Amino acid sequence: MNILSLYLIFFKIGLFTIGGGLAALPLLQNEALRRNWFSQAEFFHMVAVSESTPGPIGVNMATYVGWENAGLLGSLAATFGLVTPSVIIIVIVARYFFHINEKPLVQSALSGLRPAVTGLIATAAYNVLTVAVFPLQNFLESGLWGDLFDPVTILLFVTIAVTYAKWKAHPIFYIAGAALAGMILF
Amino acid sequence: MLPILDRELVEKRKWVTEEELMDYYAIGQSTPGIIAINTATFVGFKKAGIPGAIAATLGMISPSLVIIILIALFLGNFAEAPLMQKALKGVNIAVSVLLISSVWKFSQKTLKDIMGVLLCLAAFIAVGFGGISPIPVVALSAGAGILRFLIGKNKR
Repeated sequence: MNILSLYLIFFKIGLFTIGGGLAALPLLQNEALRRNWFSQAEFFHMVAVSESTPGPIGVNMATYVGWENAGLLGSLAATFGLVTPSVIIIVIVARYFFHINEKPLVQSALSGLRPAVTGLIATAAYNVLTVAVFPLQNFLESGLWGDLFDPVTILLFVTIAVTYAKWKAHPIFYIAGAALAGMILF
Repeated sequence: MLPILDRELVEKRKWVTEEELMDYYAIGQSTPGIIAINTATFVGFKKAGIPGAIAATLGMISPSLVIIILIALFLGNFAEAPLMQKALKGVNIAVSVLLISSVWKFSQKTLKDIMGVLLCLAAFIAVGFGGISPIPVVALSAGAGILRFLIGKNKR
């Protein structure tokens, strides 16, 4: 992977991400799977690492993808690519259109954009759910219901969901706990 | 991230006021790029112009670069081990819980009317099942929001 194209791909992702770092996820997943950078499973490992480490998740993902593709230079290129649109656009906004967020046209564009971003993040959630919890692909190949509903997996999923809903602790606790449970249960 | 910015920039250093920070954050949410980076860039620019914007952005991404590279170095060698495979299987289940919870949180904040629900479903189906890239979906949904605003204005 060429350093310049890594930079440009992440520039594009940065330009079309509006919102928190999580909003970069569907764009990143789309680019990554299309270019065969890594498998779905590897992608989820990256999400786990990015969620449980300090820093915006989008920046963490960019660093990780860049590193996997082209080492140190790659991680720098991907991260700089991701933040370049922010720097350019914010400097322009700060200088000329300070109150851009109060303009009705911007507000109305956001009113359409925000629900769509929710839908995009839902596709990322759907993808991880149908690989990690209900392995749809395995079921479609084998036709065995046991492949779709593994009791141990579902038990772990429900346990994490209930504890997460109850105590909103930092994601790292759930990820570390799930790693430990995985080593023991599977 | 917002509480940390508030403590560092408003309370400790008095670089910006509470209101200014909220403005920057709101603009960070409505401009392209990750909110945390946008907000940091804004504070940096207001404080010290373009060099300030660049310094703030570099500061924001440096911890990620260092920590993630260290983890990638470590994880890369161990991901193949059978015990690690089992651990990662557990981790993936936790990731799906975290993502579903984010979707739930975002839906409550963003799906306020029928059009919102329809746009969300359309984006989900188009990207998840239609294999369409998220970029035109982002552009079209912003266009739909503007269109609704213009139609509403014409009626009045």
